[in-house]
Amino acid sequence: MSNRMAKKVTNWTKEMALYSLLRATLAKRKLDQKISKALGSGKKSTGAKRIPIKTGDKMKLLMGRYYIRAKVAEKDPDQKIAWITSGGPVEILHAAGVIPIYPENHAAMIGTMRMADSCCATAEDQGYSRDLCSYARSDIGSILSKKSPIGGSPRPDFLVCCNNICGTVTKWYQELQRMFDVPLIMIDAPYQYGEDRPEAIDYVKAQLQEMIDQVSQITGRPFVWGKFEDTVRRSEQALQLWRDVQDMLAHRPAPMNSFDTFIHLAPIVTLRGTQECIGYYKMLQAEMEGRVRNGVAAVEGEKYRLGWDNLAIWYKIQFLAKKFGEHNAALVVSTYAKSFSYQAPYRDESDILRSMAANYIAGYINHGLDYRERELLEMAEKFHLDGFVMHSNRSCRAYSFGQYELARRLEEKHGLPTIMIEADQSDTRSWSDEQVGTRIDAFMESLAARKSNAIK
Amino acid sequence: MGVQYFAGVDVGSATAKAVLVDAAGTICAHVVVPSGGNLTLAADRVLAAALERVGAVPGDIAALVATGYGRESVANRTKTVTEITCHAKGAHVLYPDARAVIDIGGQDSKAISLDAAGMIRKFEMNDKCAAGTGRFLEVMARTLEVPLDEVGPRALTADRPAKISSTCTVFAESEVISLLAQGETVERILAGLCLSISQRVNSLAMRAGMAPRVIMTGGVAKNTGVVRAIEKAVGLPLTVPDQPQIMGALGAALLARNEAVK
Repeated sequence: MSNRMAKKVTNWTKEMALYSLLRATLAKRKLDQKISKALGSGKKSTGAKRIPIKTGDKMKLLMGRYYIRAKVAEKDPDQKIAWITSGGPVEILHAAGVIPIYPENHAAMIGTMRMADSCCATAEDQGYSRDLCSYARSDIGSILSKKSPIGGSPRPDFLVCCNNICGTVTKWYQELQRMFDVPLIMIDAPYQYGEDRPEAIDYVKAQLQEMIDQVSQITGRPFVWGKFEDTVRRSEQALQLWRDVQDMLAHRPAPMNSFDTFIHLAPIVTLRGTQECIGYYKMLQAEMEGRVRNGVAAVEGEKYRLGWDNLAIWYKIQFLAKKFGEHNAALVVSTYAKSFSYQAPYRDESDILRSMAANYIAGYINHGLDYRERELLEMAEKFHLDGFVMHSNRSCRAYSFGQYELARRLEEKHGLPTIMIEADQSDTRSWSDEQVGTRIDAFMESLAARKSNAIK
Repeated sequence: MGVQYFAGVDVGSATAKAVLVDAAGTICAHVVVPSGGNLTLAADRVLAAALERVGAVPGDIAALVATGYGRESVANRTKTVTEITCHAKGAHVLYPDARAVIDIGGQDSKAISLDAAGMIRKFEMNDKCAAGTGRFLEVMARTLEVPLDEVGPRALTADRPAKISSTCTVFAESEVISLLAQGETVERILAGLCLSISQRVNSLAMRAGMAPRVIMTGGVAKNTGVVRAIEKAVGLPLTVPDQPQIMGALGAALLARNEAVK
């Protein structure tokens, strides 16, 4: 026992040492930026200017600490690590003291750091089709080539896959199981065409019950129900805060751009269920409240308000924010950022597991077209939208399927114009600056013409 | 002071076009030159040539709107406008009853639907791939050793089109070579290529929404084989202006005139 205690202390010391190294690095980077700005050697930005969000600094530390902790835990046989899909039942893992790792978040970082092309190429060399999701290719390629922006994800002790976000994850996680030779827990969340069906909720609940037993077997510790309830409460509180922050973008001018919300998704995805996550969104909320009070606009001279559908295009966030900003267009709501704050209509305080099961099938992309049309319309009204930007994402069939039909319905039935941007969430080979730029310019020209005609 | 002109310069991937209109909006000059490797130079040359035609100097230009893929390379521009808006404007002014535009240029193709006031209702453009554009035809014509301006007339003499299953320029080229090796006639292959372009454009047209009257613009509109194939695919007759290539530049010149009036 004392041996185990000693190891715990060593690990904690290691974690702290790495964490202070991270703090020092980030502080130095910030200082360097300040110096270069003061010396005037920094690149002069042209066009729309973006105001940095202060809470973002906190996120770098938060995310850094999370990955440091997980990397240290990799060497600790008592500390279990599970890889899990973004919409998966992470609350069960937290309650069981398991560190969750999200390959999708890792893949998004690979995309943002523009390492996806080389990671994807490694996977393609091994025979994975280029038509496969670029997150799956990036992550598998990163495991194989050991190229990663964070030195690779820590090795999993087991895997948890919930197919409420797509069918691809089923095969992706089977591949991971083959590569790491560890247990795989699969949660099947049936696709919902109309109202969420009670039997589907029961079906998912039964699987969650089974998962609790499996996790308890893997960790060798009994599952403490009280801990689970606490985690669920923390999760719900964070989701509510994230919803509230997004709702603040309904304000004119919007205090934050949807492109910023994509960046600030990281804690809700990876730290949902922890106290840090709640603290983070409280801070972000306070900063945004300050902006609303002082009339600070994310896009100077905001004239147009647009919605965004589908995943972020990680390697082109700056380009897109600038491009739309030049047209005084703010993106103020997205189905993507909202994906991490869906709440099921069903809720029963006396049956938390069933309530969670309902939540796991409640997401936007686990639903058919009529549901999606209703969602988009609600967003259009609530956020006073002039149009919708649809990212037709080569990687994500579950999201992109039906977008043309949705665009048609929005235009014909509701007079809401849409623009389709053909790209990929992280594979830059599916992108062209010139073609997308022209499409956006043309779309904004037609919006401007509509607006000036409407005034006449 | 002499006559004042309003200029539209459309720098495309294959050719650069310039149009000068006067205060009444009448076309005074139009010129088309190859774009070459230096877009700024191409823009200068095409504008200088247009000015020469009317015996004017750069100082006579009251406003200049630049459009096309190389629009940012045009010097002394009053503003830039995308080719989508320019083609729509050009088509609407020449044909006030126009409700749709199909434009196929060197590197892209687009379909635009218009309302009665000439406003853009919706537009669709091809994806990154150059299949179904002028470049596709150029590559195929070269492979078949047929001069570009003979592609259309010869395609129309075919009894039936050869089946070209691939829409990718690279794959279609090897498919064409194997068709030749199998003894397929050049005419049928040309007709097959026109059909393949028309099918690709038709999917854009259907998404944008087509209604009479449909104007076809861009260099490929000079190819009668493609025009007939698109008419068949879309199910509507196409109106091709005398100078389909200059429609974008014309629209730009007319927008320059609006700009000056403001």
